[in-house]
Amino acid sequence: MKFRTFAAFVGPSVLMMVFFIALPLVSVFLESFKVTQPVMQQVEVETCTPGFLTQTCTTELKTIPVIGADGKVETTTQWQGLQSYRSVLQMDKVWAAIGSSEIGSILQIDFWKALRFTLMYTLLTLPLVIGVGLIIALTVNNATRALRGPIIFVSLLPFIITPVIGSLAIYWLFVGDGILTAMMERWSGTNISMFAQAWTVELLMYFYRVWHVAPFAFVIFYAGLQTVNMDTLESAVIDGASRWQRLRHVIVPHLMPLIVFIALIHLMDCYRVFEEIVGFRSQAHVISLQWLTFDFLVPDDAGNRAISRASASAMLTMVGIVFLLIWPLRRTWRDHRGGAH
Amino acid sequence: MLKKLALAGVVSLMGTTAWSACAFENTTEIKSLSAGFEAWKAVTDAMAECGNVQAELDQEFRTKQPAAFEANPSLYHIGGVSNGTITPLLNAGTIRPLDDLVAKYGSHLKPNQLIKIDGKVMAVAMMVNTQHLMVREDVLSEMGIPVPTTWDEVYAAAAKIKDAGKMDTPLGATMKSGWNLAQEFVNMYPGFGGALFNDDNTAAVNNDKGVKALETLKAGMQYMDPEVLVSDSTYVQQQFQQGKIAMANLWASRAGAMDDEAESQVVGKVKMVAAPMAMAGGAPATTLWWDGIVIAKNISDEEADAAFRVAMEGLDKEMVMANNDAAIWLVDGFVPGATAEGAIATATASPAAPAYPSTTRMGLMHTALGNEIPAFMTGERDAAATLAAIEEAYTTSAKEAGVLK
Repeated sequence: MKFRTFAAFVGPSVLMMVFFIALPLVSVFLESFKVTQPVMQQVEVETCTPGFLTQTCTTELKTIPVIGADGKVETTTQWQGLQSYRSVLQMDKVWAAIGSSEIGSILQIDFWKALRFTLMYTLLTLPLVIGVGLIIALTVNNATRALRGPIIFVSLLPFIITPVIGSLAIYWLFVGDGILTAMMERWSGTNISMFAQAWTVELLMYFYRVWHVAPFAFVIFYAGLQTVNMDTLESAVIDGASRWQRLRHVIVPHLMPLIVFIALIHLMDCYRVFEEIVGFRSQAHVISLQWLTFDFLVPDDAGNRAISRASASAMLTMVGIVFLLIWPLRRTWRDHRGGAH
Repeated sequence: MLKKLALAGVVSLMGTTAWSACAFENTTEIKSLSAGFEAWKAVTDAMAECGNVQAELDQEFRTKQPAAFEANPSLYHIGGVSNGTITPLLNAGTIRPLDDLVAKYGSHLKPNQLIKIDGKVMAVAMMVNTQHLMVREDVLSEMGIPVPTTWDEVYAAAAKIKDAGKMDTPLGATMKSGWNLAQEFVNMYPGFGGALFNDDNTAAVNNDKGVKALETLKAGMQYMDPEVLVSDSTYVQQQFQQGKIAMANLWASRAGAMDDEAESQVVGKVKMVAAPMAMAGGAPATTLWWDGIVIAKNISDEEADAAFRVAMEGLDKEMVMANNDAAIWLVDGFVPGATAEGAIATATASPAAPAYPSTTRMGLMHTALGNEIPAFMTGERDAAATLAAIEEAYTTSAKEAGVLK
């Protein structure tokens, strides 16, 4: 292809990527080393607010921002080095906890608590998603032609549902006397509260994520199964290979690039787990890294948001994703190079 | 079918009469942004009668409002705020003093309604709100329990109801982790006489009053739904309506829902009383809130004029008479019904419950409380460590926000 044609095709998307991915990333990176604050002053203010019949007036020393000549709040911006990262990571406490060998107390710190869950969640759902996706794909592939359409349709449904709606649906099914909790209570005869302790909440989250993402793996695997070399399969049958041996030695090696691809996408997506936390209202028990960033960013009633710490937390999340992706990326890279020769 | 048509006719007729309920015809385009609960719906509907009014009722208003009012011209003319959410607008100076407009169009306003900051009217309040005790009167009187006035009595009553096998979880609470749970502490801690801050803006919760407040909150959990850490006002309201709980310290704005025949199975059985005291002789362990309107600064004087007139139409006697039970109105014409008793008893108690403070540091403290208290409620951390963590979290965010040096 001529370079001009190539550039004309690729140019727009490169431009978009620069604008919508690279520049925001640079800005967040810089923001994580800065702090922007309003200039505050202490003023004595009399505030009169209503009771039911009469007003109560209180005079107190309030800290309020200075309004500049242009009618806007005056702010100052300072470089503060790694301060935001220190506030998020709280390494001094981590070292203290390791020093006194109370490793558990590390998990009291928001960031480490979130990291523990995010990592465990990502790594545990990965094999489940791949496994369940493969099972559905094999089932559909072996089903009679007439049944395939309906099965594909039904198994794709969870993937189509918007994540927030999906997690809310599961929350409503199980919270309080939700339909499914009520059913489980009738079966077991005991009172079940799925959202009262951390492990049941986490269990529901694992269930939700596998339910939601397995159809994606299924679609990819199903497409891959259509290209399995029939000659190899037939010769395996003639050689007396059992169903399991055919799966293990013919089908799975054939699907390996797809498995790596799904692992790649899943690691990236799952490390940004967020909807489950909001949908399940699990903040008391379980939080994730992405939720932590969100929590820093949401303004409180007084309008404060912790932009610097949110930036630091976002950068740390990105570093985490990069670490997780090193293995599958290296593998794909090797495969590609291998393919070229 | 005929009946339906006739009904539709009546409704449209009502529409036209309602249209003429506005004293003037508004020709300026006016937009408002407020919370979405029942009282705001009543007020904005009444405002809309004047014509050319676009009301946006959005539960995310607190995120949108500061930025929308900072734009020039402001994206909204009228803002619906409470004493919590007025803070960013006051701080940024994006709302205008209303003294002139009140003199011109607000002669019917009660002095109690005028929110004054340093002598200037910055907002006009329309209602008060507070968390107060709601009890199932029938259950209590059946078991011979007097209406509780302190938290100890509430727990004793809950224990009796639970032991008698009447209800498994006699107590409800808005303890959803985050804002709601933090608010429970903000109610309880001043009830023990605690102050949240020192004069130099540093946090002051790490003391024995803080420990008492936390332990009182936790002591109630044994009488509550095990999932109480996800339960917000709507959840508690539904627990009441379905007859699952007998007592809860719940927002006055939810009182009307108890007698809503379409939703509630306990119509007429829920009695509203003052918020319980944390210690005998103290103030009710709750905070007083108000909701009201503000007018944007970055709009022309003519627009402000029209916006204020429209708002006054929204806050008039006719609106209150038509929606008497939707809120504890401060507006003239309000007839306190049975559902208002609890809020009025709370607001007029002596010593009185404090108003929720509209300060920058309070926003930071509220977030710190909401993030750190859950670990105490789940038993991961003891009270002293939790209070230390709250102070630390507050200090970190206060430094970032410039409140602390």
